[in-house]
Amino acid sequence: MIQITVIDREGKTHELEAPTDMNMNIMEICKAYELPVKGTCGGMAMCSTCHCYVLSDHDLPEMRQAEEDMLDQAFFVEDNSRLGCQLMLNDEMDGLIIQLAPENED
Amino acid sequence: MIKTDILIIGAGPVGLFTVFEAGLLKLKCHLVDALPQVGGQLTEIYPKKPIYDIPGYPAVNAGELVDNLMKQIEPFQPTFTLGERAEVIERLEDNSFLLTTSRGTKINAPVIAVAAGLGAFEPRKPPIDNIERFEDDKGVAYFVRDPEVYRDKKVVIAGGGDSALDWTIFLANIAKEVTLVHRRAEFRGALDSVEKVHQLDMEGRIKMITDAQVVGLEGQDHLKEVTIKHKNLGTFAKEADEFIPLFGLTPKLGPLENWGLEIERGALKVNTYDYSTNVPGIYAIGDINTYPGKLKLILCGFHEATLMCQSAFKYIYPDKKLSFKYTTVMGEQGILATASKVAS
Repeated sequence: MIQITVIDREGKTHELEAPTDMNMNIMEICKAYELPVKGTCGGMAMCSTCHCYVLSDHDLPEMRQAEEDMLDQAFFVEDNSRLGCQLMLNDEMDGLIIQLAPENED
Repeated sequence: MIKTDILIIGAGPVGLFTVFEAGLLKLKCHLVDALPQVGGQLTEIYPKKPIYDIPGYPAVNAGELVDNLMKQIEPFQPTFTLGERAEVIERLEDNSFLLTTSRGTKINAPVIAVAAGLGAFEPRKPPIDNIERFEDDKGVAYFVRDPEVYRDKKVVIAGGGDSALDWTIFLANIAKEVTLVHRRAEFRGALDSVEKVHQLDMEGRIKMITDAQVVGLEGQDHLKEVTIKHKNLGTFAKEADEFIPLFGLTPKLGPLENWGLEIERGALKVNTYDYSTNVPGIYAIGDINTYPGKLKLILCGFHEATLMCQSAFKYIYPDKKLSFKYTTVMGEQGILATASKVAS
């Protein structure tokens, strides 16, 4: 079990207890805690509704092509942008702080 | 006006399979989809991805599943209205529905099956405050309808995929000036196109600005300039007559929100007895519906479509008796004979 911090779109902080042995990713743990993360495509890096910013300086796995490609079609993309669904929870992520990126709804 | 028995909104896997189950009951189907091709998310988002939980297929590519579904429903001769969004429905005097699409096509049916997945696919609009002010021929378009519009104009294209690359190449010969803006130096489009765009840039026939994004639009009655924010160079203005943001498509619930259907968390509430909505004659199947225990799986959508068709038959013909036959009992001859009655 690790601890991660999620700052939602209203600026509210949520402390999540996240299991590392259940093959879960950041998008899924956010949904499990009923945070406003849609995860429309189900975790295929094909929708960007789990777009988030990594605020802590953790050494995260490098982006794969699919994630980079999807971020091309997302908005509000910054240098610390990631797709939550591509970040599998592991023990090195203990203490991770992320912030949910704005939604692009008209 | 098109007349049919079941009007299916959405030509994804579940909408397509509905044609088969309806056909076995001699009900004719017409499908409407906002995308120009059938298959829904499978074709638009992940055609090359293998799916592992379709019963009987250890693995099947999404695109191949769509091809097979089309083959399976072919005998029943479904008809299609593609590239048009289902917009407005009205209830007629005979209690049937009349649907009008975004391009004015009218379809009449006693039953509507909403199999719209996550909604109708629409272009992703960049979050620029006043962007809507420049839509409708005032300088912003999310896809290219007629390239001639851009003749001798100063055009800015944004995006890094195939459509951004392809239109940059194409419009280089038509427009006065083409600028391609992309958030990073790498492009995800076809290698040929990427090379071609780099070559055009070196020859000075287009201008490529990478590590940048368009963040603002200026102009009175028509677009005059765009504001570009560059990672290292900061923010600067660029003269532009036309701006074409190409960031792919995303599904939106859209007009069906106004059809009087009960909605819960962006999905249509149904009765699991027959997947009927709160409006008699309108059903919802596949990813678009919700009920206790709902799973968004293609295989669940197939099940929902099957039960829905039985109910639709009873709704259309309350006095007719419905006898259920296995396809193994019907055999190919039986299915084709049934299909010929649907098609006629």
